[in-house]
Amino acid sequence: MTTLAIKDLQNLPVRLTSGHRLCAGCGESIIAKQILMGSEDDIVVSLSTGCFEVSTTVFPYTSWNVPYVHTAFGNGAATCAGVETAYNALHKKGKVPQNVNFVNFAGDGATYDIGLQALSGAMERGHRMLYVCLNNEAYMNTGIQRSSATQMGAQTTTSWPGAVSSGKKEFSKDLTQIMVAHNIPYVAQVSPHNWRDTVTKAQKAFACGGPAFINALSPCPRGWRFPSDQTIAMAKLGVETCVWPLFEVVNGKYELTGESARIASGKVEKKPVMDWISCQGRYKHLLSDRWAPVIEQIQTEIDRRWNKLIKLTELD
Amino acid sequence: MAQDIAINGDNAVALAWRQIDPDVCAAYPITPQTIIVEKFAEYVANGEVTTEFVCVESEHSALTLCTSSASAGARTFTATASQGLAYMWEMLPITAAMRVPLIMAVANRAVSGPININNDHGDAMAARDCGWLMLFSENVQEAYDMSIVAPRIAEHHEVQLPCMVNLDGFVLTHAIERMTVLDTQKIKDFVGEHKPLYPLLDTKHPVSHGNMDGPDYYYPHKYQSVKAMEKALEVCEEVFREFKEISGREYHLVEEYRCDDADYVAIVLGSSFGTMKATVDLLRDKGMKVGCAMPRVFRPWPAEALAKVAEGKKAVVVFDKHLSIGSYGPMFPEVVAAASDLDKMPKMYNVIYGLGGADATVAGFEKSLEAVAAGTAEKIHYLGVRQ
Repeated sequence: MTTLAIKDLQNLPVRLTSGHRLCAGCGESIIAKQILMGSEDDIVVSLSTGCFEVSTTVFPYTSWNVPYVHTAFGNGAATCAGVETAYNALHKKGKVPQNVNFVNFAGDGATYDIGLQALSGAMERGHRMLYVCLNNEAYMNTGIQRSSATQMGAQTTTSWPGAVSSGKKEFSKDLTQIMVAHNIPYVAQVSPHNWRDTVTKAQKAFACGGPAFINALSPCPRGWRFPSDQTIAMAKLGVETCVWPLFEVVNGKYELTGESARIASGKVEKKPVMDWISCQGRYKHLLSDRWAPVIEQIQTEIDRRWNKLIKLTELD
Repeated sequence: MAQDIAINGDNAVALAWRQIDPDVCAAYPITPQTIIVEKFAEYVANGEVTTEFVCVESEHSALTLCTSSASAGARTFTATASQGLAYMWEMLPITAAMRVPLIMAVANRAVSGPININNDHGDAMAARDCGWLMLFSENVQEAYDMSIVAPRIAEHHEVQLPCMVNLDGFVLTHAIERMTVLDTQKIKDFVGEHKPLYPLLDTKHPVSHGNMDGPDYYYPHKYQSVKAMEKALEVCEEVFREFKEISGREYHLVEEYRCDDADYVAIVLGSSFGTMKATVDLLRDKGMKVGCAMPRVFRPWPAEALAKVAEGKKAVVVFDKHLSIGSYGPMFPEVVAAASDLDKMPKMYNVIYGLGGADATVAGFEKSLEAVAAGTAEKIHYLGVRQ
């Protein structure tokens, strides 16, 4: 297995090259590189339509040094499953003797919303593949529209704050729990600021022998309205405020990891959600007195989910 | 050894694929295609094929999974009908643009709404502009034979396009007919080993499939598909010739029946070609010089062969089992275009028939053709509709 020493990681083959067209400060390529470091074997990458796809494969160029396939928006899981199925057929006939891993990267629109059916189907069928959601909490590729991953109160171009609106009205869907409910061998949440945690989880996901799902928080400077040199700091803050807990579920057993484990054990204090809200332009309107109750509501929901997660880790 | 059996159209398709033994099949059941996946699942369960069989959660995923499987280098097939094909629609042009030679049986059925499970060509016709090769069958034997020739055409390195094998829902899918089965080894030799181009699973030579095109590449890429379709006309003829050698059965881009000395020709698609042949015999007995033809290959459109059929005729009557409401049947304008370069263009008529499983009878066809000969036919006629 690949060691986690930085000097070893930097000697790994470059699977996603520089020169792609993602925005400055985008979290997606950082996360993808960390995930790809988790596979020692050859790998085939599929992408659902979205920022990552349009930014890395504008013909006649490609940023991919590994086999890559994209078909459409809502079917990344089926696309990845198709390659895995072909591998199973050709491997047993000796036509593709090498070991190969399979990963699909998709945004939250392609995962939480339009691609949920295909994702659910592929996980239930047990394809040996990793599905990674690059969750930047809105449809960023089409210009920052709300998704079911968008947090309550956030401004998007389809959930404007206004005279009678505080931004998005609903809490985000807890997709990671939905994936846990598929009873697949490996589910996790990651954040790019904790590369050691992310690479370790990717290694476990690829080694689990079946379907695996990783939900990654992917800060988006354009959509969240923060300076593009703050991506990693923003990701870290998401974990420190328990907006985005780091945890894994291995064969049904929950475990907190990284900063989240330290917060749960009382070694580190949990930061208030206000810290998260006050440094992102998408929540700027919430800072007026009028919407103070919304911030309270958000804090209450984050606490509720965090406490529930801790309870889940106490189960055998 | 060739052997005659009694079998329905769906089972005949499944049997052809058992004999081919593809690498991958992913499909979702839908009437009247369901028997194909059920039968194939039975072959899988009994170890009669080596195929990886995936029961996907939808047709959208069925075609997606098959497309990337074919991109990965596996010989792949699927089957659908009606709403299933409609649900696949987003993927149809993507599959074709990715130039993957997968095969899909389509058990032609009316498209909702109103919901209707019976046969017409509404599903296939709504898919005709997606860049797929499209073959049609008149009977169960042909559904079987087309399933065997399809991979040879689709996988040809100068074609590289997906192919639909169409068979009429219920009329063929569920009707038991006598059929000659070919020897499995003969079929395997005929279809040959799959030699995929630029497969994803050649991990030593990584390629990107399904990239984004700007206007400077989108249009040229479409034009490359045009050239592949043109090449496919030639390849179809080559493959049909080779198929005759192993089967004794002869196929053409356009099948003709008693057309040579005819004054009138009916053009019709699918199982109704048989009904039309019976009508032609009846009308010939009554002294009307009539023939009929069927575009076996619907995509690429065999315009030249159809122009030859139309040449010198008084009238050509196009029978469409689908309707572009507010315009004509889908095949009519294409036949008109095919005949438009003739020195003397025949009169052109369109008959709409059989929608949603409405009866397609000899009596109805006879009446339509007699009205044309009598000069009383309307340009577009809705045969047998209760008004």
